[in-house]
Amino acid sequence: MHFTNRFFLLMGAISTILISFTSCNSGGGGDTIAIGEFASLTGKEATFGISSHEGTLLAIEEINAAGGVLGKKLTLKTEDDQTKPGEPANAVNKLIFKDGVIAILGEVASSRSLEAAPICQKNKIPMISPASTNPTVTQTGDYIFRVCFTDTFQGAALANFASGTLKAKKVAVLTDVKSDYSKGLAKSFKEKFSTSGGKIGSELDFNGGDKDFKGQLTAIKSDAPDAIFIPGYYNDVALICIQAKQLGMNIPIFGGDGWESESLLTIGKDAVEGHYFSTHCSPDQGTPEMTNFVAAYKKRFNGKTPDAMAVLGYDSAMVLIDAIKRAKTTESTALRDAIAATKDFSGASGKFSLNAERDAVKALVFIQIKNGKFTYNATVNP
Amino acid sequence: MVYGVLRFINFAHSDVLMLGAFTAFYISPMIDKNLGSQSTLGCIMVFVIAAAICACLGILIERLAYRPLRNRPKLTVLITAIGVSLLIEFTGQNEHVFGAAPLPFPQLLPEQSIHLGNLVISSNDVLTVGVTVILLIAMWLIVQKTRIGTAMRAVSFNQQAASLMGIPVDKIISFTFGLGSALAAIAGILYAMKAPGIDPLMGVQPGLRAFVAAVLGGIGNLPGAVIGGVLLGLLETFAGGIPGLSNYRDGIAFAILILILLFKPAGLLGKATVEKV
Repeated sequence: MHFTNRFFLLMGAISTILISFTSCNSGGGGDTIAIGEFASLTGKEATFGISSHEGTLLAIEEINAAGGVLGKKLTLKTEDDQTKPGEPANAVNKLIFKDGVIAILGEVASSRSLEAAPICQKNKIPMISPASTNPTVTQTGDYIFRVCFTDTFQGAALANFASGTLKAKKVAVLTDVKSDYSKGLAKSFKEKFSTSGGKIGSELDFNGGDKDFKGQLTAIKSDAPDAIFIPGYYNDVALICIQAKQLGMNIPIFGGDGWESESLLTIGKDAVEGHYFSTHCSPDQGTPEMTNFVAAYKKRFNGKTPDAMAVLGYDSAMVLIDAIKRAKTTESTALRDAIAATKDFSGASGKFSLNAERDAVKALVFIQIKNGKFTYNATVNP
Repeated sequence: MVYGVLRFINFAHSDVLMLGAFTAFYISPMIDKNLGSQSTLGCIMVFVIAAAICACLGILIERLAYRPLRNRPKLTVLITAIGVSLLIEFTGQNEHVFGAAPLPFPQLLPEQSIHLGNLVISSNDVLTVGVTVILLIAMWLIVQKTRIGTAMRAVSFNQQAASLMGIPVDKIISFTFGLGSALAAIAGILYAMKAPGIDPLMGVQPGLRAFVAAVLGGIGNLPGAVIGGVLLGLLETFAGGIPGLSNYRDGIAFAILILILLFKPAGLLGKATVEKV
């Protein structure tokens, strides 16, 4: 008796879930257009996900306020992947099959974009990554795009920066082995730096989320390089800089766009002072698109200054919306072709076009941390 | 400690560690206002208050989540523990609680680097070792020399027999949880002082390490846990400093765990016990 009761309860629960699944399967039709987004809203790299989400949301809200696209309003379906491997696949599957989205925006981190990309490609759903710089992301297939530069470009720019601005002859490299972004950027940096006559000193690894880096730093210190290159994410970088300072290492430390987050400054404090990183854009770059975006973002999110991830989140949504307008349909093949044809697009991050590899061709900026602020240092054109 | 008494791994322990760091994060500005920043007394106050708050939280967790399951199979309690842990972690990540982004932990004491030739030791590390030694002695005294310690050992040995002898088992278990959680809070603050970015998931890695260290030394054995911890830390740091090995740093911890479980299941200092059938 007891058993049958439970059994019926279970059956009831399952059927309720099934019903709710089938009844929601609408998204594409009707009088709204559903756009999917997956981002790391919680977990280790949460500030990235939150920033890109806010940028994307702002873009959708602006378009809806101006009357939508093709006479329809846009709805943004957001899924949190918790900064965890495995979750992007769940998120994207849900967006495609349950919410019936016409395109997907995401993710900042290359590892998680790489996980979602094959699923989007297989289901012919265009995916636009705001900030995944690993070259392999868009090599997944012809439905995968990005609105940022790749690490091949970024790594080369960083190598030139190390030998040019920093005048470094020997550079130590500290890579996050958990991240495809970090490994890819380290590789392209090392190739360019050694072919242009520089020497790579000790090469050490860490796992994203580690708290103690003294083992690696002591080894680097005894090798005495001129600078340290850390292609990592802000949370680890802040701790590495603090511990490097404790060990009395006064050499410049530099990295890529993974550094950019307010958390780097609030946690690293004076330990990150004077260090450099390259990124996609700077709120101070003075183009009208950027100025308008910064003003709108500050108004919408309580005076918060947008970082590069927010700008790229906004641009990824705007590129998609622009493509929908040009395609005059949300049918996937036509939409894909329209995105691929994006040319001289005036985004908040700057003017860019998508090349044949579906990557954005655009400039890169160097930022130095001065007096506890991200300060614009230089621009490198492709 | 909790394992010793209740024979189940409290997965939420690592989250109490996190809560300890966050409690300190919120109370230290208040204490700074009254006692001036980075004062020794203020620092001690932060430790004591955070430990007290977390002790209450630990007792609360036990009361709500584990006590109702006291007579259920161990596996039920174990899974509940995982559930409690996830609940705390993800509640903490809600933007209205702590938020998922790392927060800057304040400096509780002025930090100095002590140079001994080529050796650089941070004053925080010295503090950590000092506090650990003091707490270790205190724990040993509580468990071995006090009435409540005797009662804890009795409950650990046989719950039923202990309750027949008039020991208030529920109260002893509450106390154990309180004590364990207070220790977790202190660990959390020391950990946050060393790596001053705190986030709701900060407890996961040290929690795993603590588990490996405890198994390595022999579960329920205090000096064993310390030796296990020191060994694990040294091995990981050495691995971290060797090019080519540094990406196996985490793997090494768990490889050791597997080896210990294979060859010396009771741990380095643990006594092998015969399971009563």
